[in-house]
Amino acid sequence: MAAHALETRGLTKAFGGFTAVRDVDLAVRRHAIHALIGPNGAGKTTFFNLLTKVHKPTGGRILYEGADITAESSAAIARRGIVRSFQISATFPHMSVRDNVRVALQRRLGTQYRFWQSSRSLAVLDDEAMRLLADVGLAEAAEAQAADLSYGRKRTLEIATTLALDPPLLLLDEPTQGMAIDDVDRIKRLIRRIAEGRTILMVEHNMSVVADLCDTITVLQRGEILAEGSYAEVSRDPAVRAAYLGGGHLGGTHG
Amino acid sequence: MTSTQKIFAALVLAALVVPFVPGLIYPIFVMKVMCYGLFACAFNLLLGFTGLVSFAHAAFLGTAGYVTGALMIRFGAHPLGVPAAFAAGVAAAALVGFAIGGLAIRRRGIYFAMITLALSQIVYFLAVQFRWTGGEDGLQGIPRGSLLGLDLASDTVMYYVALALFCAGFLFVERVVHSPFGQILQAVRDNEARATSLGYDAGRFQLLAFVLSAAVAGYAGALKALVFGLVSLNDVSLHTSTEVVLMTLLGGVGTLLGPLVGAALVVGLQNYLATIGDLVTVVIGLIFIVCVSFFRRGLVGEFLHWRRRRAERARPLPAREPPVVAKVA
Repeated sequence: MAAHALETRGLTKAFGGFTAVRDVDLAVRRHAIHALIGPNGAGKTTFFNLLTKVHKPTGGRILYEGADITAESSAAIARRGIVRSFQISATFPHMSVRDNVRVALQRRLGTQYRFWQSSRSLAVLDDEAMRLLADVGLAEAAEAQAADLSYGRKRTLEIATTLALDPPLLLLDEPTQGMAIDDVDRIKRLIRRIAEGRTILMVEHNMSVVADLCDTITVLQRGEILAEGSYAEVSRDPAVRAAYLGGGHLGGTHG
Repeated sequence: MTSTQKIFAALVLAALVVPFVPGLIYPIFVMKVMCYGLFACAFNLLLGFTGLVSFAHAAFLGTAGYVTGALMIRFGAHPLGVPAAFAAGVAAAALVGFAIGGLAIRRRGIYFAMITLALSQIVYFLAVQFRWTGGEDGLQGIPRGSLLGLDLASDTVMYYVALALFCAGFLFVERVVHSPFGQILQAVRDNEARATSLGYDAGRFQLLAFVLSAAVAGYAGALKALVFGLVSLNDVSLHTSTEVVLMTLLGGVGTLLGPLVGAALVVGLQNYLATIGDLVTVVIGLIFIVCVSFFRRGLVGEFLHWRRRRAERARPLPAREPPVVAKVA
């Protein structure tokens, strides 16, 4: 087994003349919760998009469990077990909440190309879909259309859908963005619970979430790694303090 | 039984008695509606369930028509001539669909539509050039042959066979929509990025949907060649490709019955207003303008929407959480 679940070596992405991500070497320990923070425009989302193949890297390599996955497609790395959540909620709006989860579970059946079979054959997944929904507190909304859910519940549904794939590596893109304080606490508890036996890499602006949850924090600035370490180490780092509000206190929410 | 299945069953029951009342409605006319209805269902399978607009569907209808027709002319007398010619026609349409879809699927939106348009013009060109397609003349006098010992030359026999084939085609489309594949197709249409992040290759699902849609369009084309005994350049023309867009939008895109209603409407107008000549095109154009301006969901789509709204109003409001009352110590 490789020492790290996920590793990037010299990962670089340039858009024309602008380098959004420059020479990033990142190593995510297995079963850790690892946060990626940094001011707006630091390249966090671009970095995520490189990991999930939304963008092709200009240079560098991406290794998952020791295997080079730099050239693989988005769908292929999802099948390897790297599943991401999105910055804005990503559900299937015209499907019921239960069907949203079922779509993810369906991959395991391997029937996704069977156009001749009745969709009743998917009913075998209903129990598990309901269990996952109960797990995140959405069971009573199972029959509702995903489009009708509140923002916080859409994000919760997205996490339930992601968990349905039982992914060893979860990439969470701002899981608590735009949430009310109660929802933030609920998501925090949920993330801590699902981190059991999984590796999580997340982009997060809410420092209280980062401080409470994350083992390792990497600070990006202008596409480069500025500092890395535990919350205590990073928040003492003068360079990080300078980057955040010119030496201001590293805490609170940086939108 | 879903309400769609109930309405479809009622339509089929009504269709069963058509040959007994020739004074009311011509069986030949109903067969034409069935052919175009299937064609529109095929188009709707793509537009309604993947959101992709194709201007190549006449190429699939025509290809299957030519292949089935040419084979019937040569081997129509053979007892297995009809099923073999039919299968070959559908397979040819699926193959052309695979080629056109495979090239077009790499692009999105208007570029996708334009690639299908350009490639279907190539099919049209080939249909003019080839000798086996009859060039400008098309194929005429295609024999109907026989099926399971039944002589299809009789209009009544042909009618019931066509009705059975029509039902099979419609139920096939319904099955595709309500299949494990259809479920993922809907997910891809709803949120392509999310479906991809769950491990589904969006392009593959769209390509398979394209090929299935082409195959069903081919099925309609093969049936049409058999029923009317002729295949012409009109069948592979851009005009036919746009007509099917019109039928689908009029009836209601994304609904299963909409394309049938749209096809019946357009074919009906063309038939019963034939006396006013080219003005039919103007009438259909005006109806289309009214439809996209005021009934954007199409006839069936608007009906379903109205029924859903009514059901929602009838349902009592969801129970609110009880108000918090301060406890008096």
